[in-house]
Amino acid sequence: MNAMRAQDWVSLLPEGILIGISIILLVFDLASPDRRWKSRAIGWLSFAGIVAAFVATAAIGRTAETVRLFGDSVVVDAFAVAFKLVILTASGLVALMSVGTVRKPDVPVASEYFCLLPLAVAGAMIVVSSGDLVTLYVGLELMSIATYVLVAVRKQTATSAEAAFKYLTVSGIASAVTLYGMSFLYGTAGTTNLEAIGRHLPTMSDRFDGLLIMALALVVAGVAVKTAAAPFHAWAPDVYQGAPSAAAAFLAAVSKVAAVGLLIRLVVGAFGPHHVFGQVASAMIALVAATAMIVGNAVALRERNVRRLIALSGVANAGYLLVPLAVHAGQPEAVGALTDVTVFYALAYAVMTVGALAVSAAVAAAEGHEDMSAFAGLYHRAPLTAWAMVVLLMSLAGLPPTGGFVGKLLILLDAVRSGMYGLAAVLAVTSVVSFYYYFAVARQMFLRTSGGPAVSMSAPVGATVAVCAAATLALGLYPQGWTALWP
Amino acid sequence: MTWLLLSPALGLAALALVPSESGGRVRLVGTLGTLPPLALAVWYYVAGVPRETETATWFRMPLGGGPTLELTYRLGWDGITAALVLLTAIVSTAAALAGWNVKKRRKTFYALLLTLEIGLLGAFVARDLALFFLFFELALVPTFFLIGIWGRRERERAANRFLIYNGLGSALMLIAFGLVAAVAAGNAGAAVVTTDFERVAQGLAASGAGEALRWTAFALLAAGFGIKMPVFPLHTWMLKVHAEAHPAVVMMHAGLLLKLGAYGILRFGFSLFAAEFETSAPVVAALGAIGLLYGALIALRQTELRLVLAYSSLSHMGMTLIGMAALNETGVRGAVFQMVSHGLVAAILFLIVGCLAERTQTTDLADLGGLAKPVPFIGGMWMLGGLAALGLPGLSGFVGELLVLAGAFGPLPWAAVAGLVGIVLAAVYMLRAVMGVTFGPLPERFESLRDARFEEALPAVALAAFIVLLGVYPSVLESTVRPAVEHLMRGFGG
Repeated sequence: MNAMRAQDWVSLLPEGILIGISIILLVFDLASPDRRWKSRAIGWLSFAGIVAAFVATAAIGRTAETVRLFGDSVVVDAFAVAFKLVILTASGLVALMSVGTVRKPDVPVASEYFCLLPLAVAGAMIVVSSGDLVTLYVGLELMSIATYVLVAVRKQTATSAEAAFKYLTVSGIASAVTLYGMSFLYGTAGTTNLEAIGRHLPTMSDRFDGLLIMALALVVAGVAVKTAAAPFHAWAPDVYQGAPSAAAAFLAAVSKVAAVGLLIRLVVGAFGPHHVFGQVASAMIALVAATAMIVGNAVALRERNVRRLIALSGVANAGYLLVPLAVHAGQPEAVGALTDVTVFYALAYAVMTVGALAVSAAVAAAEGHEDMSAFAGLYHRAPLTAWAMVVLLMSLAGLPPTGGFVGKLLILLDAVRSGMYGLAAVLAVTSVVSFYYYFAVARQMFLRTSGGPAVSMSAPVGATVAVCAAATLALGLYPQGWTALWP
Repeated sequence: MTWLLLSPALGLAALALVPSESGGRVRLVGTLGTLPPLALAVWYYVAGVPRETETATWFRMPLGGGPTLELTYRLGWDGITAALVLLTAIVSTAAALAGWNVKKRRKTFYALLLTLEIGLLGAFVARDLALFFLFFELALVPTFFLIGIWGRRERERAANRFLIYNGLGSALMLIAFGLVAAVAAGNAGAAVVTTDFERVAQGLAASGAGEALRWTAFALLAAGFGIKMPVFPLHTWMLKVHAEAHPAVVMMHAGLLLKLGAYGILRFGFSLFAAEFETSAPVVAALGAIGLLYGALIALRQTELRLVLAYSSLSHMGMTLIGMAALNETGVRGAVFQMVSHGLVAAILFLIVGCLAERTQTTDLADLGGLAKPVPFIGGMWMLGGLAALGLPGLSGFVGELLVLAGAFGPLPWAAVAGLVGIVLAAVYMLRAVMGVTFGPLPERFESLRDARFEEALPAVALAAFIVLLGVYPSVLESTVRPAVEHLMRGFGG
């Protein structure tokens, strides 16, 4: 192990900022007297911490140098930086939305919510920059445990309690399954380092093949639960419905992207170099991706509750996000292409989903229910919000000129170029199916009339929606603007 | 050409400044907004464009270690584009005037109409696959709302069906484009995956891609455009739209959007898949002939005017398809001519349907009759449109059909015979529709109807003038289209 240079520590700065701000806020919350503005102040500070971490990550990305720390267990490479930027963008938007939506009367422990948010983000960031099974799992658990609380903060509401319980159980089991799979991997390879496993597997006798396939299947299944990819998605609609809308946005945007990052790290790093397992992993993930795209979109057709609808759309999007991995699972040399394609779509997806959830939260709050009919005549009541929502819906449906379109185009081209025609066809056709339910919302907004109450948004929520809609358009019209940030 | 694309945005901006409460001014500004593109289209048509192609890199995106994806902003101009752009501008202005009787949410109506116009113009001038797709979809979304907000009772179902069918068509088209772009770049070993149309065409020709792959891409593309055109049996969505949408919207839809499908086959099918198109020409012609006869036969039995016209659209698009499948210059020129002509004819017919519906509250043949007496102008224009649709010599419909048939008789005599039968049937169903409206006993309640207002008469006269002009002096269009068609046909042996 090389001695760590001082500048290597700098590459841990973003995580440091997040964990630091979390601890500071926790202490501040306990030490300071209870004031009306306190939880808001803590919310803004937590948002500021995430922004600072974003700036730090972007600065680290400029150096374009791979840094390995703690015996290769933490790897800050192009992949990690790109994923972290997406995670931080999404988290920043979630934090902004939280400031506007997580309020005292509804959420008695609002301050705790904002202390835990940066911690969950730090977990997600550790996941995508791990080079070792142990760090991978530690990051995953840090993120998961923090999110259990985020989901549960509306503790007086029955649906919220149900959601929290469901999420805790299902996600806990998923973590266990993942860990179980990892243990087989460690058992056969004799090391927890991903690169070492990757080097070691091809040299092993095929007696262990069965064991390794089981390890792979367990890991894929466990992580698929976290990404809410079908057939492991059943928890998602209930949890999204019951959780505070900002926590749902965190699950949809941040935790899903981090889980996809985990799977890429693990599958490409450990199994990719092996000529057989690379293909097996590819087939397995292709199956999950196709199922997620088909099931998510098909089930969403009959859904009337907007929050559940977005959850199901998230299931389908988990499928889209996994397509590049299915295409490149067996090609460690193509990890650059895999990263670029996945990260672009992940960003577009995160932005549009957070925006859509923010709009639905505001609409549901005004109407008092979450049925699709709450959107009826929104255009007359809040024209700007309605137009922003149209942009977000177009992006979700994959229509130009939005980020969702460019992202899907990249995935499609990538799949076609590699000869995965079936997966490409599923992607394109299920996207069309999704038009039906996304436009059902648009239809409510523009084609129906209603004398519903005016929709008022607090400034932070309004800002979230505006930023999301603007970013969605910008990603569609000038996509390389974002790539300038990549290392 | 970028100015052409931006010119409707001028109207959009002006529209944004008008308060939506003053409906009169909204519709005036909205209509004026369609004039800059019209002026530019006429100017470009007569004097040519300043630059035949405009190219800029839209974005380049490195795909990791792999090649760079490059989408270009590339516009091109030729005779076919010129003709269809002019058609778009004319019909848009006419539709804007026809929308004066829209009562609710005028501002949204005109905003969507102008957005739709941008999409259509863009699709006709785009010379990049991704850019074409972008504009195509840009046309889809406003059309959805236009159908869904201002139509008749079942408008929402019509809008939905429109969306799903066209979405499916777009998806097929997108897969085909992706396949083509990937193949064109992959086998050339290039460091760039481009969607620039010409480079894709060269790359595809040089790639020596396998038969199976080429055929798959061709089939996907043909099916995608086939839905949009529409080709029998993929036409059911279009009937619903014709029947339910506001007449001004149908003018845009039947007059322009359907042409986009045919244009796509011509532009992309011809230059990318010449060999495949040649082999499958009989099938294409057969589908065209079936559509033509089926449409004509059903139109005979309809009593709802809008459906008569819908089936007539299907029939006319079948004729276009036969012209393209003839694969000789005459046939293809005929097909383009037919596209322009039917665009104008469909526009005038639906303009009149709009006038009738507003006055009589019905468009059922059984309820109408004798209208030549109270509303002679509307009746006359209706007659003129009908005669143009059935291909009376001296009007635009005749020239296109003549060229198509002349082209088709050599290679596909049976299709030409089907076309002839179709023309006879067209005469029957169109005359039935014309007679049923204008002559016969006049129901009492229609006696006091008022004839066309200025804003209805103006587009009707203008469209009629173009129909007559193309009928008596077809070279106006022919001389522009011919070089473009010759250029397009260079990929074929004959």
